Amino acid sequence: MSVLDNSIEQLAQQVSSGDVSAAQCVDASIAQIRAQNDSLNVMISDCEDAARERAASIDAKIAAGENAGPLAGVPIAIKDGICTAGHVTTAGSKMLENFAPPYDATIVQRLNDAGAICIGKANLDEFAMGSSTENSFFGVTKNPWSTECVAGGSSGGSAAAVASGIAPASIGSDTGGSIRQPASFCGITGIKPTYGRVSRFGLIAFASSLDQIGPMARSAKDCAILMNVLSGHDVKDSTSARNDVPDFAADCEQDIKRLRLGICRQHFEEGLNEEVKASVEEAIKALESLGAETVEIDLPHTKHAVATYYVVAPCEASSNLSRFDGVRYTSREPAEKLIDMYSQTRKVNFGEEVIRRILLGTYSLSSGYDHELYKKASQVRRLIKNDYDAAFEKVDVIVGPTVPTTAFKIGQHAQDPLAMYLADIYTASANLAGVPGISLPCGFSSDGMPIGLQLQSNMFWESTLLKAAHQYQTQTDWHSKRPQS
Amino acid sequence: MNATIDRDSIKFSDAKLIVGLEVHVQLKTDSKLFCGCSTKFGSDPNTQTCPVCTGMPGTLPVLNQKALALSIKTGLALNCEIARYTKWDRKNYFYPDLPKGYQISQFDKPVCGEGFVEVKVPKSDQPSRKIRLERAHLEEDAGKSIHDESGKGGVSRIDLNRTGTPLLEIVTKPNIRSAEEAKAFLTELKQILEYIAVSDCNMQEGSLRCDANVNLHFEIDGETIATPIVEIKNLNSFRAAERAITHESKRQFKQWKKSGESIHDAPKQTRGWDDSAQCTTPQREKEESADYRYFPDPDLIAVIITDEEIETAKNSLGELPASLRTTLQSEYGLNEYDSAVIVSAGRKMVDYFRALADGSGKDGKPNGKMASNWVGQEIMRYLNEHNATIEDYPVSAETLADLLSRIVGGEVDQTRGKEVLAEMLSSGCDVQSAFDKLGIVKVDSGDLDALCQQLIDENPAVIEEIKGGKLKAVGSLIGKARQINPNVNPGVLREAILKIIGI
Repeated sequence: MSVLDNSIEQLAQQVSSGDVSAAQCVDASIAQIRAQNDSLNVMISDCEDAARERAASIDAKIAAGENAGPLAGVPIAIKDGICTAGHVTTAGSKMLENFAPPYDATIVQRLNDAGAICIGKANLDEFAMGSSTENSFFGVTKNPWSTECVAGGSSGGSAAAVASGIAPASIGSDTGGSIRQPASFCGITGIKPTYGRVSRFGLIAFASSLDQIGPMARSAKDCAILMNVLSGHDVKDSTSARNDVPDFAADCEQDIKRLRLGICRQHFEEGLNEEVKASVEEAIKALESLGAETVEIDLPHTKHAVATYYVVAPCEASSNLSRFDGVRYTSREPAEKLIDMYSQTRKVNFGEEVIRRILLGTYSLSSGYDHELYKKASQVRRLIKNDYDAAFEKVDVIVGPTVPTTAFKIGQHAQDPLAMYLADIYTASANLAGVPGISLPCGFSSDGMPIGLQLQSNMFWESTLLKAAHQYQTQTDWHSKRPQS
Repeated sequence: MNATIDRDSIKFSDAKLIVGLEVHVQLKTDSKLFCGCSTKFGSDPNTQTCPVCTGMPGTLPVLNQKALALSIKTGLALNCEIARYTKWDRKNYFYPDLPKGYQISQFDKPVCGEGFVEVKVPKSDQPSRKIRLERAHLEEDAGKSIHDESGKGGVSRIDLNRTGTPLLEIVTKPNIRSAEEAKAFLTELKQILEYIAVSDCNMQEGSLRCDANVNLHFEIDGETIATPIVEIKNLNSFRAAERAITHESKRQFKQWKKSGESIHDAPKQTRGWDDSAQCTTPQREKEESADYRYFPDPDLIAVIITDEEIETAKNSLGELPASLRTTLQSEYGLNEYDSAVIVSAGRKMVDYFRALADGSGKDGKPNGKMASNWVGQEIMRYLNEHNATIEDYPVSAETLADLLSRIVGGEVDQTRGKEVLAEMLSSGCDVQSAFDKLGIVKVDSGDLDALCQQLIDENPAVIEEIKGGKLKAVGSLIGKARQINPNVNPGVLREAILKIIGI
């Protein structure tokens, strides 16, 4: 048994009390990378040297009797779309193959201050654009439960790092489901916080109004402990919220008696795999047995969520990715004319899906089309938010499947981007509305792949989500299952 | 194009000139619009940059509140409606000195809405006119590209020091009617901006930049025919703006006579003003057709401007140039020209003038005319010669007021007074010490009578001339008197001589 098998709370306590050294944690994590990465391709790079240095300084602090923080010695994998000072941050793109930012993302700083150790940079779809991590320039990440299957995406590396035991927790980002969907596919717990709850400073932007950083771990309680560290206003991010941050971990201990669970008809209609449906219904019963009540609700505009998402996100992306023009720090393709330098550099260094979305977005913002596309999508987005507002008048939590299926086979949707986009069907609306959502394991398919349950709540009610998930996890052991390595 | 129009019969004087101006004003903030980098001019290239203003991945903009406050202040001074809700939009285009590939600007909710500037064309009989403003919006500046212009294909260099500097773009409606009016507008605008201290307005350093949109309208058979609109760039002085507009109007007239091309036949063109050749020339376009794909910047939150913020800005404005000119005319009796000269020299000069006029006045009335003459002649000349501002002027308004009071009181005449001022300027002493140094004492009536008698006795021929009706001849006696006693007051002396000889 590895030291990393303990819960984060236990591990940090063991490190703080000196029972386990931070160096041992790093050793265990690096050993696991060595053992797993060749077959799974979870990490783009590791931070071994820096991690060992950090571990030594944490151990020295503890030896000197100082408090090393609530995450003392906990190795954490960080999605490679999040900047780490002095360490290459690629966003899964050839464009940033050699880019080492001179600054840390705010959340990296917060994790460091809490005593956590960044163990490496996890694989992702290029610029977080994808639902399978097949779009990474650095190759596909395989699902630890079956190497024929994808780990999901775009935070596929982060999910697989936790599932494969490389790190007890990881950081992902979620623009349309990119934390929740891979968490579901890899049998772990991952939360997309309320938009604004966690600073985006240092997150390489895909779609700024939808992007949100969040934790991924083996349990809701572990996620709650990380949420305590990650959350809060940041002067460097104007869109970060000033709302008070509760003690999410403490709130997990409350019961869920009379918690009103909303069941949305639209989440159980055609396209939903029967095994996924059965597991989710079973999970709802388990929540009812804990005292929750169910209420039927309607989110009539969710059927437009994917279409809306695939207008709004590419529009913002087309602008966000304009900076990768070959002029400053990215690789540059030589050309006689400026315009050719731009187009060659971008053609050579961006992958197919990124180019597709830049084209979609540029078109949707173009004069003459913007009213029919960007502006209309923004209006529908408002309607989706209104649906949520109405629903949360009646219920505390909306419960349903995270994804219609379990992890699909690598290459299965390679020729059909639209089929891939439908993987976001239950998750994208939370990003459009800004509300938080959590995915947690609730069963397995007959072929042994994990199934995820999604809970969503009103803005800034992450405590309720984490509490419901934690209480569910006290009654079930789906989250404790590990893939055979 | 209407084929039936007989263009040959149309004269240049039939054309109505239509001009709209876009003025970019660099706001006087210590740091950039969305990051903490310095806005200082003239530093080594790329030394005033950070990950935010160079658009590095993952970085985010944070609004500089001072820039917003200065924009509100400017809007109020320009009689603009101040938006209660204003937001940020991205203007997308590719250019090497635009690191993010978009400029953060304001599209449909600018901080300042419609307004106006009251403008009077100098030395003309036309009454003042309100030049209407369309809007003023806040945006970040781009960097500077330095291209090799030798034609030898050298590298282009990019300096991002200027990137992210706050600019307020002030846009007029197309209701300027002449090149002179355009210049007068710019002059008045600059004066207002300087008075409210929101910008250095230094055209050499680019803190004030101007583009002009120009075309001509012809009224023919009740129909308006317009020539294609031309945007003139590179207007690096107000004189250049005036000349470029004049040149462009003539060029457009000739072109229209030749081709008959109207606004419907050609898109807006960009031309540059060539100061050495004194003409406008076509400019290379940045993009074939500009579709900036504006959309709200999701990295920034909209701003709600409160009553309190507007009130604070209003209270910080101080009296504006137009109002000060009126005050100098109504309370100090100055004419339009003199009031304009003093006001154009800046708020400190106005303060100096008022202290001088008030301090040397009599019976609670300010000594406006005399103070204006001394300011306009003595002080302005000194400041020009020394390339100085009124703050550097060595003689305070109170000291100079003391001197003017003594002139008014007859202690010393204007000519001697100027010698006193020269003494104070060179030695830094006060009025009394200068009087002492120059030996100025008030001539008493006994001395004066004795002096008159001496002059009468020594110059019988002159006295005869005077008695014969040639009063001008007194002048030669005054000259002689001043050689004997330089303190003698010419007016008083003249009266005394005439009295003694009984005229």
